[in-house]
Amino acid sequence: MQKGKHYDVIIIGGGVTGAGTARDCAMRGLKTLLVERYDVSAGATGRNHGLLHSGARYAVTDQESAAECIRENLILSRVARHCVEDTDGLFITLPEDDLAFQSTFIGSCQAAGIKAEAIDPKEAILLEPSVNPTLTGAVRVPDKSVDPFRLTTANILDARLHGAEILTYCEVVDFIKDGSRVVGVNLVNNNRAKFTAYSEIVINAGGIWGQHVAEMAGTRISMFPAKGALLIFGHRVNNLVLNRCRKPADADILVPGDTICIIGTTSSRVPFDEVDNMRVTPEEVDLLLREGQKLAPSLAQTRILRAYAGVRPLVASDSDPTGRSISRGIVLLDHETRDDIPGFITITGGKLTSYRLMAERATDLACEKLGKEKACRTADVCLPGSEPEEPQPKTIFNLPQLSQLGQRAAKGRHGTMSEKISVKTEYDGSLVCECEEVSVGEVNYAIDELHVHNMVNLRRRTRVGMGTCQGELCACRAAGLLAKANGCAIQAEKDLASFLQERWTGMYPIAWNETISEVQFISWIYEGMCGLDNIAD
Amino acid sequence: MEQNRNDNNFEQCIKCTVCTVYCPLAAVNPNFAGPKQAGPDGERYRLKNPLYYDESLDYCLNCKRCEVACPSNVKIGDIIQRARMKYSKKRPSLRDWMLANTDIMGRLNTTFAPLVNRILKLQATKGVMEALLAIDHRRSFPAYSNHKFTTWFKMRTWQRSYKHYVTYFHGCYVNYNYPQLGKDLVRVLNAIGYGVHLLEDEECCGVALIANGLTRQARKQGMVNLLSIRKVVAKGEQVVTTSSTCTFTMRDEYPSVLGLDNADVRDSIVMATKFIYELMDSDQVRIAFREDFHKRVAYHTPCHMEKLGWAVYSTSLLRMIPGLELLMLESQCCGIAGTYGFKKENYVYSQKIGEDLFKQIKSMPVEVVATDCETCKWQIEMNSGIPVVNPISILAEAIDFEKTKKLNKVK
Repeated sequence: MQKGKHYDVIIIGGGVTGAGTARDCAMRGLKTLLVERYDVSAGATGRNHGLLHSGARYAVTDQESAAECIRENLILSRVARHCVEDTDGLFITLPEDDLAFQSTFIGSCQAAGIKAEAIDPKEAILLEPSVNPTLTGAVRVPDKSVDPFRLTTANILDARLHGAEILTYCEVVDFIKDGSRVVGVNLVNNNRAKFTAYSEIVINAGGIWGQHVAEMAGTRISMFPAKGALLIFGHRVNNLVLNRCRKPADADILVPGDTICIIGTTSSRVPFDEVDNMRVTPEEVDLLLREGQKLAPSLAQTRILRAYAGVRPLVASDSDPTGRSISRGIVLLDHETRDDIPGFITITGGKLTSYRLMAERATDLACEKLGKEKACRTADVCLPGSEPEEPQPKTIFNLPQLSQLGQRAAKGRHGTMSEKISVKTEYDGSLVCECEEVSVGEVNYAIDELHVHNMVNLRRRTRVGMGTCQGELCACRAAGLLAKANGCAIQAEKDLASFLQERWTGMYPIAWNETISEVQFISWIYEGMCGLDNIAD
Repeated sequence: MEQNRNDNNFEQCIKCTVCTVYCPLAAVNPNFAGPKQAGPDGERYRLKNPLYYDESLDYCLNCKRCEVACPSNVKIGDIIQRARMKYSKKRPSLRDWMLANTDIMGRLNTTFAPLVNRILKLQATKGVMEALLAIDHRRSFPAYSNHKFTTWFKMRTWQRSYKHYVTYFHGCYVNYNYPQLGKDLVRVLNAIGYGVHLLEDEECCGVALIANGLTRQARKQGMVNLLSIRKVVAKGEQVVTTSSTCTFTMRDEYPSVLGLDNADVRDSIVMATKFIYELMDSDQVRIAFREDFHKRVAYHTPCHMEKLGWAVYSTSLLRMIPGLELLMLESQCCGIAGTYGFKKENYVYSQKIGEDLFKQIKSMPVEVVATDCETCKWQIEMNSGIPVVNPISILAEAIDFEKTKKLNKVK
């Protein structure tokens, strides 16, 4: 075992919260290490709606969260411009809902500082033609859509630019303690190599897995895994976020995100031993479709790409371990005062929209403990890719190697960082993923710069394999590029097989109509023609 | 499972890419990523934001070979056409307007046909047209006729009465460039006992207007045509045509691209070759052929004939002629695509697309090429030097009119 390096802060967890915390710490001049068991945004970060809440959803029940949301919503629209799409949202009242709720709702929104304006149902239909035409009321709110993969990647990139070290596929196996104080962690990476890292502070940003991290550190957090299932549709049905104007319930949000739209979610308690292996049940698919059609009837005739589920890291407050009053607010635990474990902090609860604030609070506490007086700047400094741009001359798209569509799609994904994508040769400009318009240049950029070790990583950074064909055309091309980059074809073959298996897992719950044809076609290509099923495992 | 049946045609695409393999343009123009990207793939992005419209869609020939190739019945060509209409910021130029308005130009030019034809042949004119209008100087224009088909039709001194009637949609080419084809058809139909009517009002079908972005005008003309067609269909007459492109436009582009409902009359709009073949096949009429007719003919399948699926009627009709030896050319686009190949920016691609076809024709020992599309005719004649004729004209040449009339009891 080699002698471990020493850091100011070690952050456990590469979700958006961990990535945001790493960025904040690094920006404040702390020597930072982020460790992630798998890939960045592999957990709940990558398994939600991608909704940048205006706060309206929480306004009636939780004013504090609502006010928090709208503040963060406005900040992220500025500093994470390329990850956020300013869609606006509608809260619609259907005949089965109580229209009286609308005035309560608007009042609560306004109290929380959220612009909420009742509009005529006819105007709502004009604004969003996909909306259920039987609606009796509509309220327009500043909901937005956010790409959580992009957001996390941008935070990771910037953390690194500020000197943080990022280790993915690197799991904490236990804590090193000096008396009760946490002084470091023992780690094991995916080559089963063990090593140690020391730090003044360890921040647990493990989401639902944070309970296990806390246990390793010698304390307990009562988390309540709440499964949320969602469906992805093949294209955008709506361009405004659609919500139901009533108390939050199942499957009542339809969010347009990149080229697709997502309906969700269900909500059910799941046992802890299932959180690593979420499956979507037929009952959940039925529920999502049934309720989704009430928001936008055309969902009934829209191709479904996949079903997936995430686990919300809900935390029971310390005063109520039974879990009856589960908060959706931010939970920052100073284990020094709570459990007498100095050097250990947990940041959890919260939501995607408030990740930056969570990071700020965790970093504030870390700075306080380290005696570092440096103000948080993450609300002001743009993430890489979101820097303000000079108005571009019209001739920006004159690179013959890549189609206009391809160039615009890459720009949409990487913002100003798309300038780093090589388009020097025709080969660079040729497409890997045709559905999502991802070029060879973009894949190589991701491999070089964005912590890509395998195809799932690549998918999260670039959308390779996220489109309609679910890897049918792009998987083998991407595997080829990874084989070249890593110098190992055998690994790439195995990776390819497991990638396609992972794609099938998401298609299985909704495998009818075109999806089953597509799957059949994928299997002809990869099993029938390429003999991929003959590869070990 | 009964629920969630997909209604979005572009999502029926399973990305097999066979459309792009069959796209004549994608093979020669690297700036056009092919129908799969331009159609179903691009559509998802355009639904996200119209800014994702890719100007390269303007290169599409609208040949519809992608749709013929598609095993999932995705209307790829329609998706592309509709996207162009909805999102393209390019406005039609004077050149586009002139090329698209085949009937207005035809009316003007037939009046001064001998002069116009001579001027159009001058190298100087071609240079000026290229400089001012971006019409490629290497292109030869079809000659204009000195009289219109409709004028001839109305001037016929006496009309016998027939037991059956059909209505002939002659189109711009027959009216302004080559009335002889219309005359041939009338003669053949009359010989088998069918009288010919014209539509009360016939406008250009609008195919060139659609291709040049003059959608509103195309829709207006389409409405005029459908109104007239409805009247004759109500009388129980079919509408026959001699141009595959006009036929395809009125049957398929009207509803799918222009949004004109033609369901009530669509089945009554047919190619004359199909109409005649079916009459013969069901023994309703008989044709006697000249014994001294001998010809070796190669048939070229126009793209829109391929899309209609009707080339078989034209070729079967030709095969009935005893003295005719028919050779089939491989079904591929000739590259002209109506007004497309006349444009300076498209000329090179237009020629490259047709290259293989021209080579094949030149290697065959044939006297004429038969085809159902006038613009294919111009392209093939210009590039192979071999005369191209409509199957109806070949039929008219091969028929023994006297015997045929007797067989069909036409006095």
